[in-house]
Amino acid sequence: MSAVDRLSVFKTYKLYVGGKFPRSESGRVYEVTDAKGKWLANAPLSSRKDARDAVVAARKAFGGWSGATAYNRGQILYRVAEMLEGRKAQFVHEVADAEGLSKSKAAEQVGATIDRWVWYAGWTDKIAQVVGGGNPVAGPYFNLSSPEPTGVVAVVAPQESSFLGLVSVVAPVIATGNTAIVIASERSPLPALSLGEVLATSDVPGGVVNVLSGRTAEIAAPLAAHQDVNAIDLAGADEALAKELEIAAADNLKRVLRPQPVDDWSATPGIDRMTAFLETKTVWHPTGSLGASGSSY
Amino acid sequence: MYSRYARRYARLVTMPTNAPSPTAERVGGTPSAHALADVTTSDSTLRRFLHGLPGVDAVGLEARAASLGTRSIKTTAKAYAIDLAISMVDLTTLEGADTPGKVRALGAKAVHPDPTDRTTPSTAAVCVYPDMVATAKAAVAGSGVKVASVATAFPAGRAALDVKLADVREAVAAGADEVDMVIDRGAFLAGKYLKVYDEIVAVREVCGTSARLKVIFETGELSTYDNIRRASWLGMLAGADFIKTSTGKVAVNATPANTLLMLEAVRDFRTQTGVQVGVKPAGGIRTSKDAIKFLVLVNETVGEDWLDNHWFRFGASSLLNDLLMQRQKLATGRYSGPDYVTVD
Repeated sequence: MSAVDRLSVFKTYKLYVGGKFPRSESGRVYEVTDAKGKWLANAPLSSRKDARDAVVAARKAFGGWSGATAYNRGQILYRVAEMLEGRKAQFVHEVADAEGLSKSKAAEQVGATIDRWVWYAGWTDKIAQVVGGGNPVAGPYFNLSSPEPTGVVAVVAPQESSFLGLVSVVAPVIATGNTAIVIASERSPLPALSLGEVLATSDVPGGVVNVLSGRTAEIAAPLAAHQDVNAIDLAGADEALAKELEIAAADNLKRVLRPQPVDDWSATPGIDRMTAFLETKTVWHPTGSLGASGSSY
Repeated sequence: MYSRYARRYARLVTMPTNAPSPTAERVGGTPSAHALADVTTSDSTLRRFLHGLPGVDAVGLEARAASLGTRSIKTTAKAYAIDLAISMVDLTTLEGADTPGKVRALGAKAVHPDPTDRTTPSTAAVCVYPDMVATAKAAVAGSGVKVASVATAFPAGRAALDVKLADVREAVAAGADEVDMVIDRGAFLAGKYLKVYDEIVAVREVCGTSARLKVIFETGELSTYDNIRRASWLGMLAGADFIKTSTGKVAVNATPANTLLMLEAVRDFRTQTGVQVGVKPAGGIRTSKDAIKFLVLVNETVGEDWLDNHWFRFGASSLLNDLLMQRQKLATGRYSGPDYVTVD
């Protein structure tokens, strides 16, 4: 058979929830186009029930993921970077279509994205030393502060930067041991949905990252109000939506990371996105009475 | 933004629980009073009767149960179904590690399943081992919640009849309102139907007028649907007030199909004898969705006469939390989470 006769196989983009690739519970899809309006693919149009299912999956995964050693989480995140490297061509293609970039610009973006994973993979077992540690206290105690993950975090991914922006908000959430429900960019969700395929093959336990595509306002509202979601990152919400979500999130005192203007996603991100979803646990541990030397040891 | 939903369903939640059924209660009556009395006169007549029951069409039964599970129950009907299901729960703890404290906590939960919302109906009963009956009784005192006790060497049922009867006697003496007995599956599978029958009758006598008798068949161990149908009729002939699927201690517990089969049996039994018998699926029912499917089965198979916690129960422990979370969702419009219900 000559190459001309062959029918190409179209990819059905699906959600990534609980380590599986379901269609939307609602059965809906919407058309995704490139920057010039040319049809690219149909993406699932998630409903609030998909959001609810994603929360259940994320909650189920939280114990195992937060309980894993930081070193182990780092290894797994590094593995994600390895897998991304192998599928670089696909992501370059998708990012170029989604954002209307040239091949070389898109390749630059994907390269920066992979470096971002590696950057956060390195932070997993170092963040505790930076934001935690032993505190000097006036008494016969060890006093230790240790950063603990907040829990299930809903992430509204940036609308414009469909891949680098996405990874820049998702990686810090899971690097610190949280589990995430990610609402992909509404206009260009394809890189996010493909990222799900990478995560599924990178030893990231199912449910640690759940990717939903669809109308941001429709999915974010039930997540912001959900009593079993502990925090929400509003990076991709516009001003009106962010306000509405923050009000809904106040009901169970969710941690809220307000949207901040980001000019350049490729700039070194700092640790703010990691510390936003960490809680400091302080432990007082008695050391017994102090001897003449001022120490009981 | 969700305040418009708040208390939208409030008027629906005034369901009376443990209301006496309009149907006359039959406690302690002799099993010989009905039209089928002669089939239990000897082992051979009983065998002939049970084996003469029509065979079960397994494919048809499962298809029927599955198709009834596809009904969409939403909004006000869902709110009603959730409250009805809560009022039908036999809140169960049957662990070796049960402490008086745990039983007391369970009793408190049965009386007020959702302390943040007092319009939530109470559950039907708490279900415990015989030695915990007194504790449970004290914990639910003053409420309409019943205390059910498993007995007769639960869950295996492998003990001498005297031991089983002593077990029941102790539970009844401690104040159990309901006794959940297990049948001797070994004898049943070996074809000694009259032995199983006599045991149920003996337990029935010990229960007397003070306790309703639930007979557990452990459907997961009976192998075939035909056996479940025979066991259902055997239990009803022997005077069971309730027939119950399982102990919750084996791999296969209540399924829509075996519950449908038992519902058909109680329907046919009432047609023939005029005696109404309750049904209790137990084990493996964990979500509100599942519970509502069972309620659809009840409504479509035996009708509204059974849609009351006097005649239909759920043997469950984790189901209640899911029902409460769904109830909170309907009341507030926000999805609830496990942080807002008790850890049992």
